[in-house]
Amino acid sequence: MGVFLAIRELGFARTRFGLMAAVVALIAVLMVMLSGLSVGLVNDGVSGLKRLPVTSFAFEEGVQHDSAFSRSVVDLAAVDVWAGRPGVADAAPYGNVLVNAKSDRGVDIDLALFGILPTSFLSPAVAEGERLGAPNGIVVSSTAADAGLRLGDTVTLDRLGTELTVVGVLGEQHTFGHVDVAYVPLETWQAVHAGARPGEQVPVRARQEITAVAVRADPGQTVDLAGGDRAAGTESLTLEQSFGASPGYTAETTTLQMIQVFLYAISALVVGAFFAVWTIQRTHEIAVLRAMGASTGYVLRDALGQALVLLVLAVGLGLAIGVGVGALIGGGGVPFALSAPSVAVAAVALVVLGLVGAAAAIVRIVAIEPATALGAHR
Amino acid sequence: MSALGTSRTEAVPTAATDGLRMRGVCLEVGDGSETFLALDEVDLDVAPGEFAAVVGPSGAGKSSLLAVAGGLTRPSSGAVTVAGRDMTVRSAKARTSLRREVVGFVFQSGNLFPSLTAVDQLRLPGTFGRGVTLRDPHELLEKVGMSDKAHRRPHQLSGGERQRIGIARALVASPRLLLVDEPTAALDRARSHEVVRLLATEAKDYGVAVVMVTHDQDVLRYCDTVHEMTDGRLLRSR
Repeated sequence: MGVFLAIRELGFARTRFGLMAAVVALIAVLMVMLSGLSVGLVNDGVSGLKRLPVTSFAFEEGVQHDSAFSRSVVDLAAVDVWAGRPGVADAAPYGNVLVNAKSDRGVDIDLALFGILPTSFLSPAVAEGERLGAPNGIVVSSTAADAGLRLGDTVTLDRLGTELTVVGVLGEQHTFGHVDVAYVPLETWQAVHAGARPGEQVPVRARQEITAVAVRADPGQTVDLAGGDRAAGTESLTLEQSFGASPGYTAETTTLQMIQVFLYAISALVVGAFFAVWTIQRTHEIAVLRAMGASTGYVLRDALGQALVLLVLAVGLGLAIGVGVGALIGGGGVPFALSAPSVAVAAVALVVLGLVGAAAAIVRIVAIEPATALGAHR
Repeated sequence: MSALGTSRTEAVPTAATDGLRMRGVCLEVGDGSETFLALDEVDLDVAPGEFAAVVGPSGAGKSSLLAVAGGLTRPSSGAVTVAGRDMTVRSAKARTSLRREVVGFVFQSGNLFPSLTAVDQLRLPGTFGRGVTLRDPHELLEKVGMSDKAHRRPHQLSGGERQRIGIARALVASPRLLLVDEPTAALDRARSHEVVRLLATEAKDYGVAVVMVTHDQDVLRYCDTVHEMTDGRLLRSR
């Protein structure tokens, strides 16, 4: 019975509460949009890395972390050093280079070429076609197929003229720095990375160069990365740390997180301001309640219960609208993907922070003197 | 001192045991560095079923008297009991419980909650928690002649009707003391008489001690006793 009055007030002053709920709902819609955009950008930025069965990468020693994938050059010999380290289940060479290309059916496409040994643990399972194997064969992300690449298409790399054939298509999105991933045999990758045109001799040195050593730890084991780096002359980043080396990843995610934090703060402030004004308007009513024998706890429960009902309804409405709009956006070119956990976290955070804002405003109820109920106040 | 010809209130201890009993009550209030006595050695007894009026000019201390009698404010000194319960206990929480259990307030203009229907106004005290014995709200509405407007909200009622609902609400938790603050302030003459007559009837019917603060000399005929208040001192005039 703690919200007897609160519920009736919500119904009675529905225009006032409706406007407040609309503001909170709009913030919730915006939060869903930002959450979807965040997940979408993360997917676009690093889904290709996330799907690698890797726990860490060993880059060139002293490499700049935010551009490690484009700057690092590691000697192939480091792979064997890492493979022999304790706790390491697998170590394999990994190459990464961004290229511009055009398919024989006229599709202009940028690709992140992941150079791997077709026999290594990095070789992905395909949804269509064959796994990686043929020297000039590539296995492409499902998003590349969405962009127009088909099995059997020939892709010609700009500038070099290297021709690669799509032999397999992956079942999911594999992108890196907003570019579709194409797995390519390491030898071909080394030729492209060295800038060798078809028919040209690839320098011997280039045959020893890779971007990093991809390391997979034994299940449940932690690998001594510092020890491995000392032995192999490399500099390791865990898989998660390596996301920061994806082009634009850190800037994008930091910007979006900052917007989200501001939105949470705005939401708490808006709700707090509303309930501050509402509490001031209700001062005499609350004095009457307390004079009649309502305890401070009762009045606080009533007011906070009202805020909770308002927030839950408004955030619920906002989520529903946001998810609906997100479903429309998701299919287009905007990097947008809704994840239930992140939407749920946003919803709970909005309700909790809104309640904190409301509580900060409502707490002044305890200072209202019941004796002020007497006299001509209304 | 009074137009009504007053003498200092004499205590009636036996009759007031179950009603209101105030002895030597002082209330010192401060306004910055200045302090003054809002209540000055007030003695007052109101027996169950007795309807007492307190009249006096603005600022005489009438509202302070109600606040102290109802446990809203703790007096600086003196004793206040309602139905034998000490209303001067230090704990505000305990005084809140006492108000819930033994005191009913009728405020100016009813002071009804705008969002509640008439019947919900009467149900509200039942939601406050333990210690409340609630009378049947519909029966009380019937008694104050408002049963046909049970589902109307305050803005759909006249001033007199709002005050009737206020009286019913004050009686719903079976109080032993009813404190009434200027019930006729916003009413015309006919409605004022109607409301005060209703209060007098209910006080008798339910055996509740009633203290009514008013400026309206015209309605004093319904009261059993009349006290005049001047500068915090209470004097019996009738």
